[in-house]
Amino acid sequence: MKFAVVVFPGSNCDHDAYYAAKHVLGQDAEFVWHKDSSLGGADVVILPGGFAHGDYLRTGAIARFSPVMRAVKAFAESGGPVLGICNGFQVLLEAGLLPGAMLRNRSVKFQCEHVHIRVEQTDTPFTAACRPGQVLRIPIAHGEGNYYAEPDVIERLEKNRQVVFRYVTAAGAVKPEANPNGSASNIAGLCNERRNVVGLMPHPERACELAVGSADGLVLFESVLKAVTQGAFLGAEASPKATVTAR
Amino acid sequence: MTIDDTVLDRHGVTREEYQRILEMLGREPSLTELGIFSVMWSEHCSYKSSRVHLKTLPTTGTRVLQGPGENAGAVDIGDGLAAVFKIESHNHPSFIEPYQGAATGVGGIIRDIFTMGARPIALLNSLRFGPLEDPLVRRTFEGVVAGIAGYGNSIGIPTVGGEIGFDESYTGNPLVNVFCLGIARADEIIKGVASGTGNAVYYVGAKTGRDGIHGATMASAEFDEKTEEKRPAVQVGDPFMEKLLLEACLDVIKSDALIGIQDMGAAGLTCSTCEMGSRGGAGIEIDVSLVPQRETGMTPYEIMLSESQERMLLVVKQGRESEVERIFEKWDLHAVRIGQVTTGGRMKVRNRGDLVADIPTTALTDEAPVYRRPMEKPAYLAEAQKLSLAALGAPSSPSEVFARLLATPEIASKRWVYRQYDHMVRTNTLVFPGMGAGVVRVKGTGRALALSVDCNARFVYLDPRAGAQLAVAEASRNVACAGGLPIGATNCLNFANPQRPEIMWQFGQAVEGMGAACRALDLPITGGNVSLYNETDGRGILPTPVLGVVGLIEDATKVVRRVFQSDGDVVILLGENHNELGGSEYLKVMHGLIRGLPPALDLAREAALQRVLVEGAAKGLIRSAHDCAEGGLAVTLAECCFDTDLGAETDVAAVPAEGSFGDIATLFGESASRVVVSVAANRTAELIALASAAGVPATPIGRVGGDRIRMSIAGRRVIDEPLRDAERIWSTAIDRHFEPKRAIA
Repeated sequence: MKFAVVVFPGSNCDHDAYYAAKHVLGQDAEFVWHKDSSLGGADVVILPGGFAHGDYLRTGAIARFSPVMRAVKAFAESGGPVLGICNGFQVLLEAGLLPGAMLRNRSVKFQCEHVHIRVEQTDTPFTAACRPGQVLRIPIAHGEGNYYAEPDVIERLEKNRQVVFRYVTAAGAVKPEANPNGSASNIAGLCNERRNVVGLMPHPERACELAVGSADGLVLFESVLKAVTQGAFLGAEASPKATVTAR
Repeated sequence: MTIDDTVLDRHGVTREEYQRILEMLGREPSLTELGIFSVMWSEHCSYKSSRVHLKTLPTTGTRVLQGPGENAGAVDIGDGLAAVFKIESHNHPSFIEPYQGAATGVGGIIRDIFTMGARPIALLNSLRFGPLEDPLVRRTFEGVVAGIAGYGNSIGIPTVGGEIGFDESYTGNPLVNVFCLGIARADEIIKGVASGTGNAVYYVGAKTGRDGIHGATMASAEFDEKTEEKRPAVQVGDPFMEKLLLEACLDVIKSDALIGIQDMGAAGLTCSTCEMGSRGGAGIEIDVSLVPQRETGMTPYEIMLSESQERMLLVVKQGRESEVERIFEKWDLHAVRIGQVTTGGRMKVRNRGDLVADIPTTALTDEAPVYRRPMEKPAYLAEAQKLSLAALGAPSSPSEVFARLLATPEIASKRWVYRQYDHMVRTNTLVFPGMGAGVVRVKGTGRALALSVDCNARFVYLDPRAGAQLAVAEASRNVACAGGLPIGATNCLNFANPQRPEIMWQFGQAVEGMGAACRALDLPITGGNVSLYNETDGRGILPTPVLGVVGLIEDATKVVRRVFQSDGDVVILLGENHNELGGSEYLKVMHGLIRGLPPALDLAREAALQRVLVEGAAKGLIRSAHDCAEGGLAVTLAECCFDTDLGAETDVAAVPAEGSFGDIATLFGESASRVVVSVAANRTAELIALASAAGVPATPIGRVGGDRIRMSIAGRRVIDEPLRDAERIWSTAIDRHFEPKRAIA
């Protein structure tokens, strides 16, 4: 199986996502430059963390205009699994692939620390190997991760079971004190209606080995490996190779 | 404009120095040339007061690949790889504009590292502020931390450790020292040299503006009430631009199309041009009208002296120009040819063809003034070194002192700070901030590097020579605690005005001490930075020579952390407790005093202790290790319990001291060369044997376990606190200073 890790000029977790896919999970992985218009036949696309274009304006606001994003959209529309991590999640929001927006953290400060998130849905390609309600200890590292959407949007997300991850206590309870940044309904991650596009603020790629503090994030990578090899959760067309070239 | 006394004063050029300029040029300099001399001969760039002393430091060793004189030092870490590292100060700008001053400090040191062809993988910082009770200090503190975070986080280099100290003397002169480490292939290290007549000189990066003109000169003067007016001399950082430069420069360096490369830091285009020429024994000719400019109407003087950030100067091999340009284009950067390498060793600056400066490069570098400034033992010392415990009256109870020390910002958890730093990006961080020395693995090798920056400035104030030795010992001991063999060091020497003989004496003594300690511990100093004139209205900082040490851990799976690991493990004290309260945190916090003599240090015993730590870690004997520093044994033991659910119960022999100070000296004395380690019960004998073979005292003092911190002296219980209560004091002490703000948010 092959991962495409999209590289915007200010991506800085691109190597970490690549390392997790290639060296920890042991799958093929390839960097795709943001000016490229093809995803090079990948089975999974990761939009990594970082500051895509410096993000002095609004996180991810410029990235959606990068040529590669047309290919990512087309790949997503054909049912291909797309994971946006941190800044990648922000880019997915800006690109309209997921609903809502990010505000500055409630603390008005950048926060880097381990948090607990609960897996709310296991019928997405990135949670297929999780137990329902599984609690993962994974780090966050962001200044703008305070998820916001209009109440009716939140309601729709809940109704459609699109909230994939929620900030919880170590015991798995949704509590205000477990919410690190003020996100609406403790939302840490979402999927689209088709369930193949997932975005989350925490960094699973930073939690793939015990040596670096936690291996709880590896299950997201194992999930997509399972999903792709078994052809599960990929929408109508099974396993669409990312040959889509935008024009 | 004629050059008169007013002009010279504004440039910080003395009459004697001006005479020298006249002789070197054989004519009057133009204003542009005077500007160039003034920045290159500033303390910041020329090291004119410090150079004679720095020359005495040990800089060589079997692992040293690059010593002082380049953008950064480098040591061999095996597998054909080099650790490239340096520490640098950005003190003056951080006082004037805390966020940008600190941010650009981070940007500057990162450039120094990737300029050598190394991929930066870790940052640390050593910070000093006034007391947090002062709202202006809180503003500076908050701004500096946010600035470091803002830059390092954006560019994606983890800040994995550091240290922070507080003292009134830093209120108007905060210290911001930033350390960066990168990894390069040893045979691909590239230098800041220009050579090969006709080779093109390229400029790449941000456009040049009027920001930071005379920054180096500013950093070479003390502050006074007019300092606020110096704000325009601070630059604004753009981490995104730096990220582009970093990636593009590493690509270009890998292409082997370069002769040399240097960043434009202090003194900007001037410094990079003449230093590259001087190192390569060549001349350089540039035309400033070709330099990309952000503002209109800039004069050659302004362009040459601007300290706009995120700019690089490159010398490209003939015939490879378009290849280099193409690599930069990929990153949307435009490399512009602004000149070429020439023969004759002169730096020639033109403006649309007209010659506006023509100076021998060595006049600005090697032949810059060198001062052997007068030194005099300061008058304060004789009095400050006297300490009579009896005169302090009856001491508070150990429990009360313990609680007060845990709440002091110097000792308290720095989580409020490092939570703002991305300390995990690049997924190499094996030991997080607050857990001991920062440890990063070197992917693809099985090895890891332990990093620490340290200085106890109170010790240096009380005895500069001994204090500097203690700083070396502590930094080195900290990496040894993690299991790292100390293999290289970098120093950042922060002092007050060197034109005062007593400050110069502090400096001279500290450098001597640092050199002696480094020689004894076989620790070469491969580069660093000097920051002088850290004083405001005649009040200087405590002398603060910070040492950054790199330690090599052969097996990254055998890293040792600060905290206890298992219930039932045996707690062992390596080293000995003595009656040494001089310069202690105890005296400062409980009595408001910086007095006495710093703890004695036996360098041979220190070296032996560190060997035991490294060997004990490699053998998997030592399960946790924590150096005894501020707050002494009691604070160390508590810190071994914090961030775990494990308490401990210990009992140590009494240390005799004057009057009723025995308990205080035993618990809170700051004797050097002590480490608290924990060991599995069935391997205790093995560790004790290892220590005694090395001549290091090793005393079992208790057990890990329970939910209380219990300490006894000769069987008499003196501290007995619930772990959670003690930890709450320690973990919230800094946050509490910022609470009102958090309530609003």
